[in-house]
Amino acid sequence: MPSLPLQSLCELCSAQKPSLRRPKTGQKICQQCFFHVFETEIHNTITAASLFHPGERVAIGASGGKDSTVLAHVMKTLNERYSYGVDFVLLSIDEGIRGYRDDSLETVKRNQQQYSLPLKIVSYKDLYDGWSMDNIVAQIGSKNNCTYCGVFRRQALDRGAQMLGINHVLTGHNADDMAETVLMNILRGDTARLDRCTEIITQSAESPIKRSKPLKFAYEKEIVLYAHYKKLDYFSTECTYSPEAFRGTARTLIKNLETVRSSAIIDIIHSGETFALQRRGGKNQAKKLVAGVCERCGYISSNKLCKACVLLDGLNAGRAAVQISLEKPGDQDDGAALVRKQLEHLSF
Amino acid sequence: MAVPFTVEFSGGLEILFGGERVMKLSLASPRDDDNLTIADLVKHLCDEKMTDSRRDMFVIEGYNVRPGILVLINDADWELEGEADFRAVG
Ligand SMILES: [Zn+2]
Ligand SMILES: [Zn+2]
Repeated sequence: MPSLPLQSLCELCSAQKPSLRRPKTGQKICQQCFFHVFETEIHNTITAASLFHPGERVAIGASGGKDSTVLAHVMKTLNERYSYGVDFVLLSIDEGIRGYRDDSLETVKRNQQQYSLPLKIVSYKDLYDGWSMDNIVAQIGSKNNCTYCGVFRRQALDRGAQMLGINHVLTGHNADDMAETVLMNILRGDTARLDRCTEIITQSAESPIKRSKPLKFAYEKEIVLYAHYKKLDYFSTECTYSPEAFRGTARTLIKNLETVRSSAIIDIIHSGETFALQRRGGKNQAKKLVAGVCERCGYISSNKLCKACVLLDGLNAGRAAVQISLEKPGDQDDGAALVRKQLEHLSF
Repeated sequence: MAVPFTVEFSGGLEILFGGERVMKLSLASPRDDDNLTIADLVKHLCDEKMTDSRRDMFVIEGYNVRPGILVLINDADWELEGEADFRAVG
């Protein structure tokens, strides 16, 4: 059997065999050097943006997926290595999606043990009149349910943080996610969102809680490899209700661009940042949103009712209609069977 | 001469292969030489082992592994070694 030509050594330490080619630089490096540069770059992102202050309590949005698991691991590591003095808490949302969230929450519970961090779980059911995502999908079908999940999840993270007395939440968005979002906002002409989507810290009039993205410059490939080589415990199944077709298309486009221009991801993020700067000039005249609160639930809202309460009204109106139709004798079994069938079809 | 392999799918890719995460198989070079490449293995997986009809979730434009799918060979990134031309040494 012909053997492989022995490859050159790690380009950083010249001692070990390389394990990966960095998408950012093309450098071929070994595992130990990779851990070091990956963690150090995130530390640099954090210090450049003065993300934390000593004694701050910060929640890490933890889904059990690769991004948030790597985020939790790296935050704990850096907090100890560089003495940030931050008090981290894991914050998880239980959307109520059987076969997806119940399994991934088990992963988060193991992470809590592994990283010895406190964990808080808030559920849609408790926050939103008993509506879980499974119930919502059973009612509205499989289209547009990401709209509900998006609005509900944002508020749920905020409310979870508020319950903990915390006003800073970290999310696991990576460079690939951010480049996709920039491209999607450009393609949709959504300049208002384009303005904010590349910022590392976002604090909007719609949310009382500060969000930040320490993995903003971390490539997905490196996040996956970091989790793999560190043998981190994460849950790798996609959400069963996320047929985000547009994002998928943007992702494919970027991946194809990358094969001919390896810096595509960073370039797109940079473009997004630059567009945002140009917009700021004329923004001062733009009307300032008056931050009021939702009449019903007290969440920050510029309208009478916040987005979640508007969506809930729609759902509750629909539920009333369904309940009436089910009261006809004999229909009850059919209704239940239909719901079950819909869910089976969706969970592949 | 056939080379034995263990193939592991993760991150959702296993869905395309009947949900099997680990697959053991043994493959010889289709060209009657000893130069079995990873491209041969990819073609074999695609033609013989894939249960899902959505081929483009795994390969595009023939048998090129879709960009974005991470391939590790003996736990090392295949981009280190010329990707599909990587010769299989078993
Ligand atoms: Zn090295
Ligand atoms: Zn409200």
